[in-house]
Amino acid sequence: MTDPERDLVRHTAALARLELDEAEVDRLAPQFAAILRHFRVLESVEVDDAEPMTGASGVRDVLRADEVRPSLAPDAVLGNAPRSSDGFYVVPKTVGGEE
Amino acid sequence: MTGAEGADACDLRAAILAGERSAAETLEASLAAIEERDGELGAFLSVERDTARARAIELDRRRAADPGAAAGALFGVPVAVKANLCMEGVTTPCGSRMLANYRAPYTATCVRRLLDADAIVVGVTNMDEFAMGSSSEHSAFGPTRNPWDLTRAPGGSSSGSAAAVAAGMVPVALGSDTGGSVRQPAALCGVGGFKPTYGRVSRHGLIAFGSSLDQVGPLARSVRDLERILGVISGHDPLDATSLPLPPIEPERPDRPERLDGLRVGVAAEYVGADLDAEVRTAVEAALEKLEELGAEAVEVRLPHTVHAIPTYYVVATAEASSNLARFDGVGFGARTEGDGSLQGMFAATREGAFGDEVKRRILLGTFVLSEGYHDAWYGRALRVRALLRRDFERAFEKVDVICGPTSPTPAFPLGERAGDPLAMYASDTLTVPTSLAGLPAVSVPCGFASGAADSPLPVGLQIIGPALADARVLRVAAAFESATEHHRPAPTSAGDGR
Repeated sequence: MTDPERDLVRHTAALARLELDEAEVDRLAPQFAAILRHFRVLESVEVDDAEPMTGASGVRDVLRADEVRPSLAPDAVLGNAPRSSDGFYVVPKTVGGEE
Repeated sequence: MTGAEGADACDLRAAILAGERSAAETLEASLAAIEERDGELGAFLSVERDTARARAIELDRRRAADPGAAAGALFGVPVAVKANLCMEGVTTPCGSRMLANYRAPYTATCVRRLLDADAIVVGVTNMDEFAMGSSSEHSAFGPTRNPWDLTRAPGGSSSGSAAAVAAGMVPVALGSDTGGSVRQPAALCGVGGFKPTYGRVSRHGLIAFGSSLDQVGPLARSVRDLERILGVISGHDPLDATSLPLPPIEPERPDRPERLDGLRVGVAAEYVGADLDAEVRTAVEAALEKLEELGAEAVEVRLPHTVHAIPTYYVVATAEASSNLARFDGVGFGARTEGDGSLQGMFAATREGAFGDEVKRRILLGTFVLSEGYHDAWYGRALRVRALLRRDFERAFEKVDVICGPTSPTPAFPLGERAGDPLAMYASDTLTVPTSLAGLPAVSVPCGFASGAADSPLPVGLQIIGPALADARVLRVAAAFESATEHHRPAPTSAGDGR
């Protein structure tokens, strides 16, 4: 396994907010490299006359009337949050100094 | 079985309405079958005994109070639901440690419609984590076993739904199909499985994997049950912006439903000439001959971009998955690990701890193909190849009414055989991802058996593909094939035989 393969996995994992340990990098890097090698076949396809197909149903720009409607109760939504308080999600502090 | 040997959902409903059995008795038969068989199959992640029993009693009371009142299209029918479909108050774990304790605060539109049709949801079925897999081995809760041979995979990712129907624990179940996740397990378990035209069944309440590909579909032991379920769950839903503004799928009612005179059946060399297991090939060739006996005409078609379908699918689906799964960050729902105490550290530690290997692989691939410097060469190119795959089908459907071929290149493979080799696992999807990318309707129906081990033949599935919106045509062809064959009748014996 080359270092560039490992570096690519580490870099991509950081972008994806995945904190891989070294054993996982060892396991995933060769698999990831093999998948990319295999998928490079796409480079050989003549695509110049094809528009990108971004959806399958062809339905676009669906709008609805801007009306007030009932929604889920805050408690029901927050009921699945790992931490919440007074109707808010609780996350680690990101601004200001020490707590 | 569900208490009436060979009965399908349509039979069960009719028997309940005729007063031959109650909804409660029907449910108890289903629960007893689950009790007896699921210990070794592992099809269910949870069985909702109490709510199901309360509902059956309520349906029986309603019936007793007013026998003439309208009864829903699935009155009293026990149904199993894949673990990525939300149902208020029920745990929806999606095969993942991330959502092991997630209790949805709302109900998916398709599940709501089942309930509105008087069905009884008996439980939540096992699946590959976030629907990413073809064998159930990526479930965080352990694999499901194939009822035909407990050493083999049931297919995936709607593994538990397929096994539950095949083993007679429920007559029908819901699954979801992103690249074949209803059709492939249906084929490997010897039941019917239908993927609708993209947009015909609402995705509201389906936990997203690849949003431009995901469709909910039914699994059943008869084509008329597939049709019955589709009639209930399809149709426009304002809560899904990709939902087509169309009414529910209406069955075709030809004068001679057992005949296929004049039907042009496309046979693609890319499908029947592919790397097929020899016994799968034999079964599918026999099925094509049977369609000709019924009056259909076989026409050769070309789908030249099929060879590129797997890379295209895995680029598009993982790109969408990497975006969809960004929401699992330890804040809104699911698992959370505090990590180093920072916000970013919490995100990363949560995702590291609660996602399994396959989900991580796909998030990595999807993140890579969308990342700066690689986006155009990978994701952009895959979207163009996707358009070419669709064009292949459009050209073929100028000449034919349906295209038929195998659903899976092989029958059920041994558990463990492909688990460590992602590319080998991805190859399971070779014949199902093209239709997913093109958004087309397709069904898998039983068309024979491969030999397997001495006492356990392995089912083979015939895939019937239609042009966009021809869902009813696909069902009609499947129904004619079913009525002319016996392949859907044998039931597996491996479950409960003491192995």
